[in-house]
Amino acid sequence: MGEELKLFGVWGSPFSRRVELALRLKGIPYDYMEEDLSNKSPSLLKYNPIHKKIPVLLHGGKPVVESLVILEYIEETWEGNHAILPKDPYERAMARFWARFLDDKCMPAMWMSCWTEGDAQQNFMKESKENLSILEGELKGKKFFGGNAIGLVDIAALFIAHWAGVLQEVAGISLVNEEKHPILFKWIEEFISSDIVVECLPARERLLAFFQAKKETMLATKAPAQ
Amino acid sequence: MATAAEKEGVVLLDFWVSPFGQRCRIALAEKGVEYEYKEENLSDKSPLLLKMNPIHKKIPVLIHHGKPICESLVIVQYIDEVWSNNPLLPSDPYERAKARFWADFVDKKVSECGTRLWKLKGEAHEEARKDMIEILKLLEGELGDKKYFGGEIFGFVDVALAPFTAWFYTYETCGKFSIEKECPKLTAWAKRCKERETVSKSVHHPHKVYEYVGKLKKKYGVE
Repeated sequence: MGEELKLFGVWGSPFSRRVELALRLKGIPYDYMEEDLSNKSPSLLKYNPIHKKIPVLLHGGKPVVESLVILEYIEETWEGNHAILPKDPYERAMARFWARFLDDKCMPAMWMSCWTEGDAQQNFMKESKENLSILEGELKGKKFFGGNAIGLVDIAALFIAHWAGVLQEVAGISLVNEEKHPILFKWIEEFISSDIVVECLPARERLLAFFQAKKETMLATKAPAQ
Repeated sequence: MATAAEKEGVVLLDFWVSPFGQRCRIALAEKGVEYEYKEENLSDKSPLLLKMNPIHKKIPVLIHHGKPICESLVIVQYIDEVWSNNPLLPSDPYERAKARFWADFVDKKVSECGTRLWKLKGEAHEEARKDMIEILKLLEGELGDKKYFGGEIFGFVDVALAPFTAWFYTYETCGKFSIEKECPKLTAWAKRCKERETVSKSVHHPHKVYEYVGKLKKKYGVE
């Protein structure tokens, strides 16, 4: 296509990694700009003035923001290579529904399970486990959410394949486990066995260290004054 | 003899005042699709609703030839793709991305802020008021001098936001501000929407919405 393609992201963000995965699956070259969220670049603030968030995809100087919007833009602009949405309108609607379910329900509950305590944590964990069972039901009989190939929903569920395991370890809880979610576990194995996916994942050790440090800071600010 | 609605095989499970349901009504009307409307009692949800939307148990649900589609913007995109007359989304991928962004903005911001405006008091209420004015101004910034968010065409973002125009009176009254004063272009756009039969037939009178919110306030003990 010839036009400049730039992605503003953050190394540890599942949202910017989603976009990278879609671009790589389609074999589209791009420039990557790492953002420091504690010191947002003038470019980020210019291209996403409303939400001031990553990821931002800049194509020929025009910005596209919100990861699911970006994924659909990538699909429509680079048709042909590795379709991530089905052609049938009903199947497309289902894919969009599940992507929203992941973003609006699954991820927030899993995230909060790892950063809360007591009753609040118990509630988030219960909700997370219910959501994971629902996802298992959707996966039944399929290799990926997208069928035989990685699709929009698989890309959106990247968080579960990689980040969830790290966060569980930091929080000392179990959310996704092989015994209770065998189908989801198998999906994770299949998903991260792909070279292209592995290239898009932040190093586990780095992510672990990052979240452990975050937890320590949280506990330190809670500790009573001596 | 099958009715037009039966031939199309479209059923909409909805709740009269829901702006999310109204988006679907407007989209179906824009496409000239006949459908069967089923009013749900949200305090006594029908077995059909629970079967068709077991995950969220919410309206709206569009049932097409027996298959359910949930989430209003997913439904509107489905309607746009199945019935290709009067397209709601533009054909250019970048313009489509912009439309999806703004529809998502309406989803994330308007309803949540509106609820805070009628439900909360004191400082939280004041914050909701400031937020709502900012949200409406951002929308007005995107509208600019265009006839509709879709340009000359009543499009995806217009469908996403039009039902909330019936809530403007409630927002103004609860927030004690004038939307016309703060956002004159958005107000003019709202008037143009109301002049479209597809909108006026799908959306209720602002006073009815205000009455409904009054009942909610009593229910939640807000005065």
